[in-house]
Amino acid sequence: MSSAPTTPPSVDKVDGFSRKSVRKARQKRSQSSSQFRSQGKPIELTPLPLLKDVPTSEQPELFLKKLQQCCVIFDFMDTLSDLKMKEYKRSTLNELVDYITISRGCLTEQTYPEVVRMVSCNIFRTLPPSDSNEFDPEEDEPTLEASWPHLQLIYEFFIRFLESQEFQPSIAKKYIDQKFVLQLLELFDSEDPRERDYLKTVLHRIYGKFLGLRAFIRKQINNIFLRFVYETEHFNGVAELLEILGSIINGFALPLKAEHKQFLVKVLIPLHTVRSLSLFHAQLAYCIVQFLEKDPSLTEPVIRGLMKFWPKTCSQKEVMFLGELEEILDVIEPSQFVKIQEPLFKQIAKCVSSPHFQVAERALYYWNNEYIMSLIEENSNVILPIMFSSLYRISKEHWNPAIVALVYNVLKAFMEMNSTMFDELTATYKSDRQREKKKEKEREELWKKLEDLELKRGLRRDGIIPT
Amino acid sequence: MAGAAGPGAGPGAAGGDGDDSLYPIAVLIDELRNEDVQLRLNSIKKLSTIALALGVERTRTELLPFLTDTIYDEDEVLLALAEQLGNFTGLVGGPDFAHCLLPPLESLATVEETVVRDKAVESLRQISQEHTPVALEAHFVPLVKRLASGDWFTSRTSACGLFSVCYPRASNAVKAEIRQHFRSLCSDDTPMVRRAAASKLGEFAKVLELDSVKTEIVPLFTNLASDEQDSVRLLAVEACVSIAQLLSQDDLEALVMPTLRQAAEDKSWRVRYMVADKFSEVKCIGISGIENLKGICPADFLLDTTINLSILGLELVSDTNQHVKSALASVIMGLSTILGKENTIEHLLPLFLAQLKDECPEVRLNIISNLDCVNEVIGIRQLSQSLLPAIVELAEDAKWRVRLAIIEYMPLLAGQLGVEFFDEKLNSLCMAWLVDHVYAIREAATNNLMKLVQKFGTEWAQNTIVPRVLVMANDPNYLHRMTTLFCINALSEACGKEITTKQMLPIVLKMAGDQVANVRFNVAKSLQKIGPILDTNALQGEVKPVLQKLGQDEDMDVKYFAQEAISVVAQRLRKLDFPVKDSEEPSIPGVDKNLFLRPRVPGENTGKAQRGRAAPVASKEAVDAAPLRGTNAAKGPHVNTRDTLAQLETAELMHFPQSRE
Repeated sequence: MSSAPTTPPSVDKVDGFSRKSVRKARQKRSQSSSQFRSQGKPIELTPLPLLKDVPTSEQPELFLKKLQQCCVIFDFMDTLSDLKMKEYKRSTLNELVDYITISRGCLTEQTYPEVVRMVSCNIFRTLPPSDSNEFDPEEDEPTLEASWPHLQLIYEFFIRFLESQEFQPSIAKKYIDQKFVLQLLELFDSEDPRERDYLKTVLHRIYGKFLGLRAFIRKQINNIFLRFVYETEHFNGVAELLEILGSIINGFALPLKAEHKQFLVKVLIPLHTVRSLSLFHAQLAYCIVQFLEKDPSLTEPVIRGLMKFWPKTCSQKEVMFLGELEEILDVIEPSQFVKIQEPLFKQIAKCVSSPHFQVAERALYYWNNEYIMSLIEENSNVILPIMFSSLYRISKEHWNPAIVALVYNVLKAFMEMNSTMFDELTATYKSDRQREKKKEKEREELWKKLEDLELKRGLRRDGIIPT
Repeated sequence: MAGAAGPGAGPGAAGGDGDDSLYPIAVLIDELRNEDVQLRLNSIKKLSTIALALGVERTRTELLPFLTDTIYDEDEVLLALAEQLGNFTGLVGGPDFAHCLLPPLESLATVEETVVRDKAVESLRQISQEHTPVALEAHFVPLVKRLASGDWFTSRTSACGLFSVCYPRASNAVKAEIRQHFRSLCSDDTPMVRRAAASKLGEFAKVLELDSVKTEIVPLFTNLASDEQDSVRLLAVEACVSIAQLLSQDDLEALVMPTLRQAAEDKSWRVRYMVADKFSEVKCIGISGIENLKGICPADFLLDTTINLSILGLELVSDTNQHVKSALASVIMGLSTILGKENTIEHLLPLFLAQLKDECPEVRLNIISNLDCVNEVIGIRQLSQSLLPAIVELAEDAKWRVRLAIIEYMPLLAGQLGVEFFDEKLNSLCMAWLVDHVYAIREAATNNLMKLVQKFGTEWAQNTIVPRVLVMANDPNYLHRMTTLFCINALSEACGKEITTKQMLPIVLKMAGDQVANVRFNVAKSLQKIGPILDTNALQGEVKPVLQKLGQDEDMDVKYFAQEAISVVAQRLRKLDFPVKDSEEPSIPGVDKNLFLRPRVPGENTGKAQRGRAAPVASKEAVDAAPLRGTNAAKGPHVNTRDTLAQLETAELMHFPQSRE
């Protein structure tokens, strides 16, 4: 039999696992809107003279013409089509941006509808579906808008328009209306962070200049958030909207309207439940703290809300909650602190004894905060009994030496604060644990009895045991 | 603690119980206040126990008010409560008292958390059926109205789900009111409520009188379908299926189709997607309607509708959004069976052809995977010219799952297209897959070959397949050499004794000297696998010595599999030594250890084919073989680490999670 290794010669150094399609460097993905377009026909625009090359008297008309030309939209997914015209539109837009910034008297009443129409034509589009079905904003690269070379200039132009010294909201409000704002808000779902950044500025300017739209804008943001929390869990622009809200809240008049309080309790607090919290948590916490600085009496509902939605399984979110809580405690009034200290420290005790060391560590850092320490010290007779058993147990049991060291420091601090109570608690620690165990047993007994009772009744009803 | 409930207060409690009657409510109150959510949850889940213990009267007078008052809790607990209350009618004293359950459920229906609210609505719907008509108007309808005019959007969304359950049993006056409430929710200020209303539109339409459907529901549908928010519009499109079922063909054309056509051109891809998705459902209704009317209606009417349909289809086919297109591709093939041959060729074929050229592989795949529908109607030949480029492109698609999918359709295509066409155009593709860099593809390609041989016969195999498979035994890449072995495993039975002994066996034996251990132990496995097909001489003279040599291999795994193969072969030799006539076709049904170890493609069923073949033999031999197999099987598959690792590697499992090519 041919048992000699004849088949492949010993130079067999072929790597069996080499793949021909070694992962290509991932291309920057880009996408354009999903609008219907008449495809195929090349677009022709008649080049117009430069604004600076015509007499001042002819400029307004030329300006309008150029605005109209810029309403034409190009397909940027096809990188080869209409190259010349794309370039022409780009340079025209650049020219318009300069013109509106420098020229005086260019914003005549006729220009308003044309500007708004041109902007609407270009930016309002249905956003395309996300490329990956499960787009994870933390992991995946965002899809970039293909038509950005034009879009950016449009946004740039629009912002200059809104910020122009000649800009008159009383005229513009005829064109920048609720429908316009609604479409603008929908664009915040864009995956392209550059676009969201521009939108943020645009919306901020509109909110600032159009008093009549403010309530409407707030209500629509409300709706977006509620939909995000309770229906889709998907909206890319939450952080940007919260950022705008942060400055809006800052400007609320006192006393706060019921509408604003409802927004805090029914919208901002539930936003904490969302899976992708990390993407907008900083902005959210800022809004919350803004509210509390305005009206300290809101502290209790806010903290109780956070307790209600405290993460059960996600340690990463727990750390975020602890961070936010510390920000709140930084500005809390002592009178408010007393109201919520019990539920608050019961939660902190749970965090401190978390087996996840980052959670425990974050909670224990509170004891490095001087203001929090002073609050704890003032109320040590309430807080110490709540915290003691957790701390004592961890100091004996926790797997992480760093945590144990931190806990020792905390225990030491408590000992210095209130040594009599500390000694008492140490002395009764064992008996307290036993009492707890006994109570636990009693509970079980109760349930057992209850079940017996049910059984008996069942039997009696069925006539098995005579009454 | 027990003092919480007054002693002896329950007249329903039997005298003999004494203090026992105090337990339940006290326990519950204590538990519901426990700090541990889990304990609160547990006690809510045992709510029926408590209610049973309390008796109907005290459940109504004490338990339910207590629950209604203490409803602020974690959503988890509320969800459990909402669920429990749906089944509580018996525990409060039957249908006459079902309305006692409404207050707590009403508060639950206004909670923010969607899951809780939905469950509360579900329970309310359940309980509504247990109400008497009088109680329904006295208690349930007022609740629906309260919810429908609630301040916060949550109660109004919940109301949307309750109209259809109380409408059919209400009096005419109340019916009018209910319709009025539904109308106003359809134009509610918040999009959340409009979405809820739109999603219940179809359901509500079904319980309405036909006149009201035409005069009220259709306008509502038209409004919602042109809502400013696309999330509302698409739900309206969904509702259109139910509405269409209620209308006659004429009404459908006049009242619904214009809106639907407009939706097919909606600027939002989501809406167009929904139209594509519901395309065949709506159309099927339309068509089956026509079928019924065929006798009375002129024939051109029928044609009209189909043309209509293909126009709508064409618009969607040229949609720019791939989700829309692939949704359409997956339903459009189903239409051919409804339309019949002529209409399919005239109206649908252009669509198929357009889609086969689509740039998105999912679209093409959806068409190809539904080919059998069309084949029944017009035959695949009509499509073959366009099919081929599409197939070739899919076969080389960068995504391996796409390649896998197309491989699975190969046997079907081969059967439809015939040997000649196959040899000419598709054979080389099938061979190329054998050396794909993804294991799942190589494995599928191997199975594909087996199925092809079953279709085209051994002669074809001998001429076209076997030589090319055997050449790979000399490939420098050991994965390709192993593929030869896997192919032999799969093909030997289909090819039969002659080819296996003369052509395959020598190659396998030669490969026993391979320097890669993985190849050598696969040689052992292959020998065990093809053993049953070989005759005694080959087994005794050729296979056994090689196996014995492998049994002495320095590699542990090679040794293991060689020894296993030896024992199987030895058993067979012993049996053959018995006076069984040599001429008789030896066929011990597959003692196939490889099956255990090899990762299998779902749906693959190699075992079945073998069993089917073994059944008619039903000889003494087969009966004897049974206990043997039993003992082997009892030993269980030996999974040694090297082997599993090798398989993970070859299956490129590490490759899978990252393969976002």
